[in-house]
Amino acid sequence: MKKQSLKRDLTGRILGYLRPYKWHVAASLVLSLLYVGGVLVGPVLYGEAIDAMLGQGKVVFSTVFAATAGFAGCVLVAALAQKLLGNCVNALCYRLVRDLRRDAFYSLTAAKVRYIDSHSQGDVMTRIVNDVDVISDGLLQGASQLFTGVMTILVTLVVMFVVNYVIALVVVVLTPLSLFVAAFITKRTFRNFSKQVAVQGRLAAHTKEMIGGQKTVILFNEEEYSCKKFDEIDAELYEVGWRAQFFSALTNPSTRFVNAVIYAAVGVLGAVFCIMSAESGGVLSLGALTLSGFTVGKLSVFLSYANQYTKPFNEISNVVTQLQNAFASAARVFEVVDEEGERTEGDKHLPAVRGDIRIEHACFSYNKESKLIEDLNVSIKAGSKVAIVGPTGCGKTTLINLLMRFYDLDAGHIYIDGVDAKDIPLDEYRKMFGMVLQESFLAEESIAWNIAYGNEHASRDQIEAAAKAAYCDYFIRNTKNGYDTILHGNTSISQGERQLLCIARIMLTHPPMLILDEATSNIDTMTEMRIQKAFKKIMQGRTSFIVAHRLSTILDADLILVMNKGAVVEQGTHAQLMEKQGFYCHLYNSQFAS
Amino acid sequence: MKRYFQYLRKYKLQCWLGAFSKWIEAALELLVPLVMADIIDTGVTGGRGIPYVLWGGALMLGMGVVGYVCALFCQRSASIASQGFGTNVRNALFRHINTLSYRELDKIGAASLVTRTVNDVTQMQSAVAMIIRLVVRAPFIAVCSVVICLVIDWQIGLIVFAAAVIVSLVLWVIMKKSVPLFTRNQRGLDRLAQITNENLEGARVVRAFQSRDKERARFDGAADAMLDNSLRIGKISAWLNPLTYAVINFGVALILLWSGYKVDAGTGLTTGEIIAIINYMMQILNALIVISNLVSLFTKAHASMNRVSEIFDLQSSIDGGGSAQPDFSAPAVEMRGVNFSYAGEDRRTLRDIDFSVPRGAVVGIIGGTGSGKSTLVNLLPRLYDAGEGSVRVFGHDVREYPLRELREIFGVVPQNASLFSGTVRSNLFWGNDRATDEDYAAALKVACAYDFVMEKGGLDQPVTESGKNFSGGQRQRLTIARAVVGKPKILILDDSCSALDFATDAAVRANIAALEGVTTFIVSQRASSLHGADVIFVMEDGKIIGRGRHEELYGTCPLYTEICDSQARAVV
Repeated sequence: MKKQSLKRDLTGRILGYLRPYKWHVAASLVLSLLYVGGVLVGPVLYGEAIDAMLGQGKVVFSTVFAATAGFAGCVLVAALAQKLLGNCVNALCYRLVRDLRRDAFYSLTAAKVRYIDSHSQGDVMTRIVNDVDVISDGLLQGASQLFTGVMTILVTLVVMFVVNYVIALVVVVLTPLSLFVAAFITKRTFRNFSKQVAVQGRLAAHTKEMIGGQKTVILFNEEEYSCKKFDEIDAELYEVGWRAQFFSALTNPSTRFVNAVIYAAVGVLGAVFCIMSAESGGVLSLGALTLSGFTVGKLSVFLSYANQYTKPFNEISNVVTQLQNAFASAARVFEVVDEEGERTEGDKHLPAVRGDIRIEHACFSYNKESKLIEDLNVSIKAGSKVAIVGPTGCGKTTLINLLMRFYDLDAGHIYIDGVDAKDIPLDEYRKMFGMVLQESFLAEESIAWNIAYGNEHASRDQIEAAAKAAYCDYFIRNTKNGYDTILHGNTSISQGERQLLCIARIMLTHPPMLILDEATSNIDTMTEMRIQKAFKKIMQGRTSFIVAHRLSTILDADLILVMNKGAVVEQGTHAQLMEKQGFYCHLYNSQFAS
Repeated sequence: MKRYFQYLRKYKLQCWLGAFSKWIEAALELLVPLVMADIIDTGVTGGRGIPYVLWGGALMLGMGVVGYVCALFCQRSASIASQGFGTNVRNALFRHINTLSYRELDKIGAASLVTRTVNDVTQMQSAVAMIIRLVVRAPFIAVCSVVICLVIDWQIGLIVFAAAVIVSLVLWVIMKKSVPLFTRNQRGLDRLAQITNENLEGARVVRAFQSRDKERARFDGAADAMLDNSLRIGKISAWLNPLTYAVINFGVALILLWSGYKVDAGTGLTTGEIIAIINYMMQILNALIVISNLVSLFTKAHASMNRVSEIFDLQSSIDGGGSAQPDFSAPAVEMRGVNFSYAGEDRRTLRDIDFSVPRGAVVGIIGGTGSGKSTLVNLLPRLYDAGEGSVRVFGHDVREYPLRELREIFGVVPQNASLFSGTVRSNLFWGNDRATDEDYAAALKVACAYDFVMEKGGLDQPVTESGKNFSGGQRQRLTIARAVVGKPKILILDDSCSALDFATDAAVRANIAALEGVTTFIVSQRASSLHGADVIFVMEDGKIIGRGRHEELYGTCPLYTEICDSQARAVV
């Protein structure tokens, strides 16, 4: 029951997306009626033309001309209607796709960081990119196919009944045959395909993992192991795969077969009726029934219908699976659309920020089971440099998450210049901070675009000045198109240089407070020195937090927060902490022991 | 193309019989309109009566059944043959990739190798299926339909022929016009995916810079561009069905008119024949549409085949080596006049490298990115062969050892710690498949990984793809354990402690130093990691510009001094 109402709900929402395009929908319905009508009435007319050809010298040309002209007219109407119908359905589909994607993406840009952290990126991406296509394919193409399909069947039956209801009845009796065949194949195909998809997924995963780590495979002489496992999965794929292929390949021959049966039945019956009509002089009497006489021309109409009769049945059974997929995808897409966004409002404003930060009784954990930060208290004076140190997993990143309000505190407060952070509008709050993370994120756009990311109005001169100040200018000039070089994955810019670009980006925004995360790994020493210098430069006169890995940074700090297991276990300057002989002292000394 | 026949050899029978049975079905299908025409002309018009009609009906039904059985047989054969072909090609390709060395892997790139193994082979596989299933059928039906019409009445046959030619042209033009737009559409979709990905990966940055609206505008721009392109494709391809339908049916109208005159003039053209011709027109239309789909499928498959062949054509640049056995009294590693450059690069990555390292020594290597540190250690287990000069390990040139045995001398911790899905045990197993649980525990302890492994659930703790369920530091320690468990004579740590905090880094190094008789190479960006080394090589631009202990280098080697100073002023 619940599933039913969910489906209705989804249908309702999708219909909601169609509302702006209701004229397209209406036009599609009218056009498909015209199309089906044209296609099906045409044969009736050429049947008449054939009946007018009574033999040598007995051709009734007026009828032949009229019927042929009528037929051509039908063809023209059908063809035009089909073309316009195609345009309408396409316009509808592609616009719906655009709208759905936009809403999902908008929701994503407003979503909480927690949502992004706790969902696989690949999954969210599939929802926005692929699932939306599945909806448009399934629901719209599917719905339009369903509509034309049903119309075709109905109109075919109506015309058949009008011309000769006995043959029409025979066709109706044979109909379940095509339904049965279609359902059988669809079910089998679907089952085997899901199996195949699963094995294929495993094969792809193995390939990706092994070839991705091929250099390690070579190092450890494990080529044989890797190949054997591949062979095993591939053998499994063979068994599942050929069956899946076989069942999906059944559709066409089966359709042809059912068609052949109906064609033979219609042909024989029609021919027999022709003979009987001829014998009884133009009327067809079957026992008590008397029908209008059956002719070769009418037979040709029936034969042409019989040829196309099973096609819509197949399409309809395909549509059923497509619709199921579409509903599943719609549910997934709407989940993204409906994702609750960050709370952005607030009524306190800070026109001039000094940069005093006070954290009081802060508690936070990512999940209820394991507590992380408990009763954290820190007070920082404007303009000081704060180094955060501690072993991996001690909560350094969490502290950044809380300061930037990527996550909300479970309890406690953060005050900026004495104002509770929660009361400041989110965008205004974040504007106060400049952030350079270890994973320097840059978009696949030009270098200039990336530097001006926080300040759209920056002129080219300002951008270049910022780049020079952050020691980026030299390597930017070395790239192919300088400041207009697009940053692809394969642009030869090192990790360290990327971080320099992130620093340049901050230089254009002038935030009163900074959050810096020193890189731990794989940075070329020369670049490293430049980063250090650039960091120093931007920290001038600003309250700055640095997640520190370098001794020099630590020694410079006005305050060191030593973190362990989510708590600030010690705080003070380097000298004070060394004197204490505590956790920090141990941490500090350990790096000289070798 | 030829090389792929071997993968089909096992399925020869399926290929021939499958295609043959499909041909029978097609032939029978072509005869049906003729039988029907005969029923009308002889049975109805000719007055042979109901029995003749019934016989004709039975014949059609019989032909239908035989055709269906043939078709089923063909589909089954085609499925088995093509899937078998795909399986064989995939296995062979994967095996071939596993014979390649670093040089070839660098050239193609992992991502591309994966797509070729997974997608391109599947593309080829469906082409094989389609060849068996449709290549005989569709052209046969199209051609024979035209021929039969020509035989029935050559003038009307010409109309049929003309219609077929025009339909082919329409199909060709529409395909030609829409293909480039489809590529553009794919690019549009890639762009949307890329922006979405950036907003997922860079979620924090987007929020930190309050760029919500900016990103939305960016996405809208890309989505609208894609919408325009899609609509253009739609407008073109929406012509396909109406145009072909119209051409064929105007043809039918023409035939009707023409037939009127023919019948009136008494040329012997019968109504049954007219009905048959109309039927053939429909068959031609269907067959031509199938052919146009086949053409695009084969173009794709051909491109895929070329991409796969490119891999098969690659040969490993490293040979299997000789039969030398290590002489443990000789220096562990010696390099004499070694020069090296990567494939396709003029620049020499290593220049005039000359050194000798005694057994049991700890060697530190430091220098900037691109200075040749990793390249130098990669030459030792022959991941690449030196261009000039000789690399000697335990008294012999590395090329004189059997390749496998040479690599067993080494334990390497590569730069990007890569683990494989399975368990902790299955990962360590790679380092040494004869080791006991105690050996594993010992190795984990050396790498300071024992505690967290036990905490998480021991050796049988699952490891997900690329070890993502472990933190960067934990992964590095596990890869160190994996290298140590093989009891290597020479251990190479290629910047593999970068994600460890100072304390753990130091502890791991101390544990490694305590291993007996192991010669260790430590490549690092951190001067502090190399303090205890017996000798430190300072590298710049492919050359060793300074060598000695920390105390000797500090103050005398300017680059080394600068590095130390920038990293930790307290060291002095």
